[in-house]
Amino acid sequence: MSIIFDNVSKKYSDNYVALDKVSFAISPNEFVSIVGPSGAGKTTLLKMLLAEEKPTEGKVTLHNIDIHTLSGQDINFVRRKIGAVFQDFRLLPNKNVYENIAFAMEAAGRPDDEIESDVPHVLELVDLGHKVWNFPTELSGGEKQRVAIARAIVNQPDIIIADEPTGNLDPANTYDIVQILKKINDLGTTVVLTTHNKGVIDSIGRRVITMQDGKVIRDDPSGKYIL
Amino acid sequence: MEKTEFKTKLRRVIKAGFFNFWRSGYVSLASIIVTVITLSVIGSVIFVSAVLNTTMDELRNKVDINVYFITTALPEDILSLQKKIEALPEVKTVEYVSREAALENFKLQHENDQITLQALEELGDNPLGASLNIKAIEPSQYEGIANFLNEENILSSGGEKIIDKINYFENQVAIGKLSRIIDSAERLGLAISLALVLVSIIITFNTVRLTIYVSREEISVMQLVGASKNYIRGPFVVTGVIVGLISGLLTMLFFFPICYWLGGTTQNFFIGFNIFDYYLTNFIQILLIVIGSGILIGALSSFLAVRKYLKL
Repeated sequence: MSIIFDNVSKKYSDNYVALDKVSFAISPNEFVSIVGPSGAGKTTLLKMLLAEEKPTEGKVTLHNIDIHTLSGQDINFVRRKIGAVFQDFRLLPNKNVYENIAFAMEAAGRPDDEIESDVPHVLELVDLGHKVWNFPTELSGGEKQRVAIARAIVNQPDIIIADEPTGNLDPANTYDIVQILKKINDLGTTVVLTTHNKGVIDSIGRRVITMQDGKVIRDDPSGKYIL
Repeated sequence: MEKTEFKTKLRRVIKAGFFNFWRSGYVSLASIIVTVITLSVIGSVIFVSAVLNTTMDELRNKVDINVYFITTALPEDILSLQKKIEALPEVKTVEYVSREAALENFKLQHENDQITLQALEELGDNPLGASLNIKAIEPSQYEGIANFLNEENILSSGGEKIIDKINYFENQVAIGKLSRIIDSAERLGLAISLALVLVSIIITFNTVRLTIYVSREEISVMQLVGASKNYIRGPFVVTGVIVGLISGLLTMLFFFPICYWLGGTTQNFFIGFNIFDYYLTNFIQILLIVIGSGILIGALSSFLAVRKYLKL
């Protein structure tokens, strides 16, 4: 599924410009990192992909569909094709690890037998097979993020969006998460990652889009973190 | 949701609702406490209105007009007058008390009063006249009946007056006051009940809103995962129903000892009305009203509260 940002701008009511005529395209199976200082517009960009924010100008297309023209039900359908991972994990606190992942499958309308076979499988993939019945409060930051990734990939999405997924993690966990994301990408899923972490970018060695003040200022096919 | 059947979805929603209720224990407990208070208000309104209604009915029954006849009045004349009064539309019952019956009653009332009984003995003759006790359908109708009797007085048999006195004119002020008190007590009771019920429902609504405010992050995560509105809302509504159901049962349970304890007191205070008997005989009806209101309040407030955080 290709992603196209076509001349996208976002102005808030106080005239603050979060995005200023941003244009770029991401092909299927790419691993793209978006870097830039805080307030550069990285998160706004990802929110638009999830249809959480509407652009003031321009359009965002996913597989040739302008996602901001979709109705609520169709947006849900698109969201099930996108797996999202956040800096603050956003797990459901009242559900255990199994149920957190099962919820995403239930939301996508998957039958019980698929849920029963896929959830343990995806937890093995992120090396959390032993924490199936724990609640989020009983997990470390790295473990929580791995649950979040497991939830994001369980419905076999076309795209994984990761918004500063290593922001709250130590170097060892950061390394693990990046390796998991690379593995997911190798299996054929587009990955869009935002980060502050220079080490992460340098270790991935794939395309880097650099943003500043709501504008794309650099787009390197196999970039380094330069600011 | 395309691939799963409605039954599977329903089962998942109900299960999630139960887990939600169980795992957020303190929040559920807080909702139950507030809902129990609301349902207690609703239940109390049922009991209070029952007390008011029976008391008012009793009071209405206590009010009557007594027509006393002179001792020489013939029973036939009195009975024909009774028939005439019974024909009036506003009259409920007319009871004839003969001279002999009046004497018996008098003796019974003064059982322990030897001096009075002795005086009666010495008199030799029965000094009491016969009487008619008239009950109207509404207390306000007594005036009309009394006026009718006053005119009828002139037309008595053989041209002489057989009516000694009508006690309405002595009690006129009291009867009028009582009928006004009954009317305004009913109206005031209704207004106060409605206000109380409304206030407590609003408080419950707000409590449920707060409990769901705690879950607003969760709701937004569910939306990001692509869950449909109904699939997100469903479990919260189920939790609301469970809270309502448990609160309803608890409320009915609390009413048992309270009514038992108040039973004797109410029987003495409100002319023969025993609140505990009322609780027992109308148990199913009160149970249905209390639990039904609980479920309705719980489900509706959850539904409305979640709606606020559902964006799409």
